[in-house]
Amino acid sequence: MIYHNYLPNTDESRQKMLDIIGVSSQEDLFKNIPVELQKNTSLVLPESHCELEIQNRILELAQKNIWPGGYVSFLGAGCYNRYIPSVIDNILSRVEFLTAYTPYQPEISQGTLQAIYEFQTMICNLTGMDVSNASMYDGATATAEAILMSCRITKKNKTIVSRALNPETQDVIKTYLSGPDIDIITAPINEDSITDINNLFELTANKDIASIVIQVPNFLGNIEEVRKIEQIAHNAGALFVVIIDPISVGMIKPPGAYGADIVTGDGQSLGNNMMYGGPAFGFMACRQKHMRNMPGRIVGSSLDSDGNTAYTLTLQTREQHIRRDKATSNICTNHSLCALAGSIYLSIIGPKGLKEIANICFQRAHFLASKISEIEGFKIPHDNFFNEFIMILPDNLSVDVFNKEMLDRKIIPGINLNSYYHELPGAILISVTEKNKPVDLYLFLSALRELVEEYVLN
Amino acid sequence: MSNLETPENIHCTRSHEYVIVDGETGIIGITQYATEQLGEIVYVELPEVGTTIPKGEAFGTVESVKAASEIYMPVSGTISEINHRLTSEPELINDDCYNEGWIIKVADFSKEDLEEAMPMDEYLSFIEE
Amino acid sequence: MTKLIFEKSEQGRRGCLLPEAGVPEIDPDSAIDSSLLNEEEICLPETSELEIMRHYVELSNKNHCIEKGFYPLGSCTMKYNPKVNESICQLPRFKDLHPYLPVTFVQGTLELMYELQNFFAEITGMDKVSLQPAAGSHGEFTGMLIVKAYFKNKGEERTKVIVPDSAHGTNPASAKMCGYEILEVKSNDKGQVDIEKLEELVDDKVAAIMLTNPNTLGIFEENIQKIAEIMHKAGALLYYDGANLNAIMGIVKPGDMGFDIVHINTHKTFSTPHGGGGPGSGPVAVKDYLSDFLPVPTIDFDGESFFLKYDTPLTIGKVRSFYGNVGVLLRAYTYVLAMGKNGLKQVSMDAVLNANYLKEKLKTKFFLPYEGLCMHEFVLSGKIQKEQGVNTLGIAKRMMDFGIHPPTIYFPLIVPEAMMIEPTETESNEILDNFIEIMEQIAKEIEENPEEVLKSPHNTPVKKIDEVLAAKKPNVAYKKQ
Repeated sequence: MIYHNYLPNTDESRQKMLDIIGVSSQEDLFKNIPVELQKNTSLVLPESHCELEIQNRILELAQKNIWPGGYVSFLGAGCYNRYIPSVIDNILSRVEFLTAYTPYQPEISQGTLQAIYEFQTMICNLTGMDVSNASMYDGATATAEAILMSCRITKKNKTIVSRALNPETQDVIKTYLSGPDIDIITAPINEDSITDINNLFELTANKDIASIVIQVPNFLGNIEEVRKIEQIAHNAGALFVVIIDPISVGMIKPPGAYGADIVTGDGQSLGNNMMYGGPAFGFMACRQKHMRNMPGRIVGSSLDSDGNTAYTLTLQTREQHIRRDKATSNICTNHSLCALAGSIYLSIIGPKGLKEIANICFQRAHFLASKISEIEGFKIPHDNFFNEFIMILPDNLSVDVFNKEMLDRKIIPGINLNSYYHELPGAILISVTEKNKPVDLYLFLSALRELVEEYVLN
Repeated sequence: MSNLETPENIHCTRSHEYVIVDGETGIIGITQYATEQLGEIVYVELPEVGTTIPKGEAFGTVESVKAASEIYMPVSGTISEINHRLTSEPELINDDCYNEGWIIKVADFSKEDLEEAMPMDEYLSFIEE
Repeated sequence: MTKLIFEKSEQGRRGCLLPEAGVPEIDPDSAIDSSLLNEEEICLPETSELEIMRHYVELSNKNHCIEKGFYPLGSCTMKYNPKVNESICQLPRFKDLHPYLPVTFVQGTLELMYELQNFFAEITGMDKVSLQPAAGSHGEFTGMLIVKAYFKNKGEERTKVIVPDSAHGTNPASAKMCGYEILEVKSNDKGQVDIEKLEELVDDKVAAIMLTNPNTLGIFEENIQKIAEIMHKAGALLYYDGANLNAIMGIVKPGDMGFDIVHINTHKTFSTPHGGGGPGSGPVAVKDYLSDFLPVPTIDFDGESFFLKYDTPLTIGKVRSFYGNVGVLLRAYTYVLAMGKNGLKQVSMDAVLNANYLKEKLKTKFFLPYEGLCMHEFVLSGKIQKEQGVNTLGIAKRMMDFGIHPPTIYFPLIVPEAMMIEPTETESNEILDNFIEIMEQIAKEIEENPEEVLKSPHNTPVKKIDEVLAAKKPNVAYKKQ
């Protein structure tokens, strides 16, 4: 018989239980399964590893990844290398948060419930909305759900999404909306790399649009003409859905201030590791009047039988475990632990810290951009950005060669935009966060100057 | 729960709605049995006045904490009035479903539609089963 | 009562300090429309680092968790979450990787994901796996989109999906999100799909049936081969909800039962923590003929290196950003290594043994609606106790006073006053015996003094909560007075 540190049963206790049940072996417990299905089911898998062997194998795999500390990175585009205060991991590793289930039994889940209530409050304040849910999988799925929600509210089945949305988000929206067959109209971008207002106006002429979706700052880093788009949306009877980078709210007004109806975004920036793309969390907030159309869990404040404040999941009749096929979504699991990281992050950073981080990103990004524009051959086409911007390479320097040259210098440049936006040849999206020290910026600039020597002047 | 006084001219459906015939108007709500099954009602979703809804189609929802139930039209008709008080006092349905807890009123409904509905005594024996 | 973090805030306090920008600064309105600049501060807490630590430690003390006590929550597989899983996620070479790094930089992570795809294919008896879905229900949604894409590609118009009346609520909700009409098939008196009723429902408009096997009653669908035959004959597919995979590893494979698509809940079967409601992970496995429809990218190997495979013309697309909940997948991989092939089989055997033992012991005091052997969980009804004056909710609340998390209650919907009990394999016989004693005591208390039981819970951080008030007058965010 097998002894394992995760399995407390011994042969003796197993025999005792078999006797009570009245079967002679553990195999007999499966006699309701047709025998022919139980043939050849032994698993071709590794043998059991003890913890020491696991660590060895995992370290072997880890060694095959680069050590990120050995490079200076300007990758962003929806996932950001940011400062994570030490307090966060310390709290997240508490088993009371880590191994608890969904708080369906409120009397013994007040910790998780109050933390979510505080999370909802912070998200409302960040977005300028009235109601937030307890979190979603990520920003992209939260946005797709927001569109489905807009269709339920307006009883229309077309949506306009800006081409300046993160392409990952656009892809996810397309997949989600293929389910209920909702039409997606993609609004083009103009030469300023923002959503083309004139075109948007024409697209809404039929007034059969459920929502207009934009991202602020948009994927290309620039700030959209939000007030004009808000007017176009509302004049057409559509909901105005805005995706934000939560850090940018330290500098740019929350969408509630410019008329958004639903706000979504990705919370990875708020205290979550990049972890090769997941898990982090998505957030979604809306106006009070649309609360009952929202997907996902919501925590409410109530009273217990002694009259003390107590928290509980509420408005559950929207959800799948009660409403089944009439639910607002199939979502069940949120990303509670990642949302908790977000709450702790916002508590530590506080209002002043948020402003300071936004300012550091903004200033360093603009400094880098202005210095790049002084280098011969490199172009910075726009300055209407927050912390990510487009850099155009010199004509005779291809993206592939540029990337290789930069990697040789231990710099990971931004992503190649041309694969998404064919009208932007030689365009690189550069992201600057508070983790990019001034000395990193100088390193980047001196690398560009070396490339000028080699590829532009010769 | 003690039995509420049953109004006159009431007709009930198998899905536990009622319609009380009041001249040309039909007053629609859910039966006492339905309210007992649902428990304390916390929210009612009401339709808009002026919409015409055929018999058997859902016109709204009543919700308790752990259940949501569609309410179906016992007769075809155009909604002439909704009970606005239910927005802030959904418990009226529990307390007094046949009077203050009515949900909608319909004008010019077809009296023929009533034929399939049951009078109260028949309904009471139906729910016994 | 713990004050909200907002109520502990005092203007000017700092939880952390930040460096200067360290570059010459410009006025933000030289770049951004000044009317959009946020002059005011966002309302967030202002507290010191110690106050934040105390706040969250105090909150954490109000939670039940696996390490505190028994957690027999049916369908949720609340097994022990090994700690080595947590430590590997803290390695910078895993946690600090950006998803757009060149693949040459992340060969270790990709190798792990590739191997995990293969592990899951082997365990489920399927051919190809996507690790992308973020949760079980997200896996269902992905799977049903694959069903939709499959029939669209075949040029067949199928509009309906069958789910049993005992199914998880996510099944009909997921199928509905894919535009399907839901048909419910009734269970028979053995708690299994009624074959005759199923045959009546099946026609050429049915796209799939979604099944959990063992089902939510903890009963193995003995007629699964017949069900597969009926569905496949009608040209429809079988979807396996992997919520109960913990019962059958190394015993029987969904692929052999005739399923075409499977999702796996790593946070159930593969020991990744639930985190108070996520993040989980819901990988999807399919048979070969459906592999072209999987979300992109999948992780592939060309004999020399691992890469992200996007070149799949019939793909349903992406169901989320990037590649999956990698941090969760790392933990699942570690767990498979820890248990190994024989260990995983023992997991299922012990999970089933523990459940059957509890069922035998508890059925003397509580009503057991379906007799016979169960798999890894079983469902009792509290109807005897209800007649004595305490319903299942009351029983559940009383359990909390003994430091036990109640089972899943009032589900599945077809059993009145249901209590769905899943002990898992990581609980010892002493813990099970202790639970039996507590349940017997509660049954006795109900016989003797039901009014007293109804006052429970007594020993919890808060007393019984007014859920009606919470739903009637929703207060879902704190507003500063």
